[in-house]
Amino acid sequence: MSETLLQVRDLKMHFPIKEAAGLGRTKKVVQAVDGVNFELKAGASLGLVGESGCGKSTTGRMITRLLTPTAGEIVFKGTDIAQLKERELRPFRRQLQIVFQDPYSSLNPRQTVSNIISTPLRVHNLVKKGKEVARVQELLERVGLNPEHHNRYPNEFSGGQRQRIGIARALAVEPEVIIADEPVSALDVSIQAQVMNLLEDLRKDLGIAFVFIAHDLGVVRHFCDEVAVMYLGKIVEQGTRDQIYNAPQHPYTQALLSAAPDLGTIRGVPPKERIRLVGDVPSPIDPPSGCRFRTRCWKAEDICATQEPLLEIKPQSGPGHTAACHFAEPKVDLTAATA
Amino acid sequence: MSTPAPEDRPAPQDRLAPEDRKDTMAESAATPAAATTDAKRGPSIATRERRESSINPSGETPYLVVEDLAVKFPTADGLVSAVNGLSYSVPLGRTLAIVGESGSGKSVSSMAVMGLHDRKRTRITGSIRLGGDELVGLPENDLMKIRGDAMAMVFQDPQSSLHPLYTIGNQIVEAYRVHHKVSKDAAKKRALEMLDLVGIPNPQRRFGQYPHEFSGGMRQRAMIAMSLVNDPKLVIADEPTTALDVTVQAQILDLLNNLQKEFGSAIVMITHDLGVVAEMADDVLVMYAGRCVEYGTAEDVLANPRMPYTWGLLESIPTVSAANERLRPIKGLPPSLLDLPAGCSFRPRCPYVDRVKGELCSIELPELMPVDGAGAHTSRCHLHDKASIYAAEVAPRLG
Repeated sequence: MSETLLQVRDLKMHFPIKEAAGLGRTKKVVQAVDGVNFELKAGASLGLVGESGCGKSTTGRMITRLLTPTAGEIVFKGTDIAQLKERELRPFRRQLQIVFQDPYSSLNPRQTVSNIISTPLRVHNLVKKGKEVARVQELLERVGLNPEHHNRYPNEFSGGQRQRIGIARALAVEPEVIIADEPVSALDVSIQAQVMNLLEDLRKDLGIAFVFIAHDLGVVRHFCDEVAVMYLGKIVEQGTRDQIYNAPQHPYTQALLSAAPDLGTIRGVPPKERIRLVGDVPSPIDPPSGCRFRTRCWKAEDICATQEPLLEIKPQSGPGHTAACHFAEPKVDLTAATA
Repeated sequence: MSTPAPEDRPAPQDRLAPEDRKDTMAESAATPAAATTDAKRGPSIATRERRESSINPSGETPYLVVEDLAVKFPTADGLVSAVNGLSYSVPLGRTLAIVGESGSGKSVSSMAVMGLHDRKRTRITGSIRLGGDELVGLPENDLMKIRGDAMAMVFQDPQSSLHPLYTIGNQIVEAYRVHHKVSKDAAKKRALEMLDLVGIPNPQRRFGQYPHEFSGGMRQRAMIAMSLVNDPKLVIADEPTTALDVTVQAQILDLLNNLQKEFGSAIVMITHDLGVVAEMADDVLVMYAGRCVEYGTAEDVLANPRMPYTWGLLESIPTVSAANERLRPIKGLPPSLLDLPAGCSFRPRCPYVDRVKGELCSIELPELMPVDGAGAHTSRCHLHDKASIYAAEVAPRLG
């Protein structure tokens, strides 16, 4: 269980943007991801949380090499796959799979379910001719769909069922890591719970490690052992689930947790204090100097503008719990209210 | 009129809302420079108080009264009964949340209130009274005078509900001038006022910008400014924060709350997020397959639910306290509106069917009955001992 499967080191993704800026043409880049580090152990699940535009999906796409990183390393079982060419990459593609957010646009409407799921099998030569349908049916059953429906088209399924098809496609090649990019956010609550349970079964039964990308803090808390909070292309806090949810150190994490609406008050829990962030996330084209969160942070002082805080373990926090803030401190009253 | 002595009028100070609002607004306007100038700011902290806990505290006729509303669409596959026998009421100053899954009829029913359905293809029956005036069957021309004026709507996706080729200012001015015979300058003044009110920094500059120059949260603020420009007494907010990030969602919910306190409008909020319901709503109406299955105050419905579907919804949410436990989803899928099951629509998914004697659930549609014999909390279920089942089995699992 403790073997490190995937290691991400200083991963960066800068998208150049074309902008005719008159004479002195300056090349601008969107710093979507700017130096992200984490590790994933076999069978573990790491949650990447943050608001839209924080780079969590881009990170997921780089790990599966749907994007080629600008810089940094993605070490999968000892090999750096960050800059590998397509041909060399193929064996790794089999082991790193992705489940997309939108079950409507991620399945080809003109292909039968059987075709969708068996394509990866054929590409990787994993199944003998004539045995494909049997394998597809086995996979459909595994994800809780009726195996008889393998000849149907995606439009004949509901959102939750389509997401199961997407999961079956990822499972087809028996991957060791699945990147789940907002796998349940397009689904209704009752269906969301069904898919969450399926993912959990897969993790327990097949030992698949997950990188779970989501903006829903409740879902991440439910699924992940470890959580990394991202803001504007960087990880601002990382730790075990309990560390992040019970003793958040970074002001952004604290604000994020306190902004999430919950049912506590209605059940008689006294209303918690809510930290309200002001304004929007700054543009990743021209991120603030120093700490990227300082423009929305109530603790910001001069040092925050000049010196970028490092992601480091703070004296008051537990082992392995890192935060990137000059003024990181636990906020006790907040945790008391959430618990 | 003599001015009352200072000690006689503590009321405005007691109501924290407008002050809160000004604080957040001042801060948002100052954001770009604030980080370097202010040495140590306190976090802007919001708390929300609960309001009175009866469906109609004042006893007056509620502003919006919907009775026995049915919306049907004839389609090639048959008649779709999107909404069936829906009744609810919203007094001024209160927020009703309509909760349900996609396809449960929550949006369709509010579109009917706004009169936004295609008249040729929709059959609407029942009664919708706004401030005493019947809206069902009203000619389009008369409805246009009310829509946007006395009632307004905030849509889910501000990206697609704002016109991309007109400036934000232009769109707000247009909304105002449709209902008010005023000069362009007066309308512009009003629009700027509204942009400022919803917390958009630098309204003068923002007025001339296009929707794509706004961020998601700012766009939703502009949307709200546009719907409130005519000071509507009824605001229907259809998933107003679903497309937004959680920190921005919190800002928008605060904004709606504060504006309501200031203007005393009635709000109908459509959402699927029970957390948002708990924060915003005074009353809650749970819809399933086009029907109301539970209706009551937020406390009633969320803390003492009396309908297996509501239990299922609550159990589906990953809770904080039971982080490691397996979720208990509602099995199966919502029924097709073309072919609703006989009896209770929820029966095929209901885990408690066998607790009801005989085949009652599959034969007879349960009536919307008061939960405790009397009172305003109603639910649609044949189960006899709902209270004890909830207390003994469901509540412990909710943590």
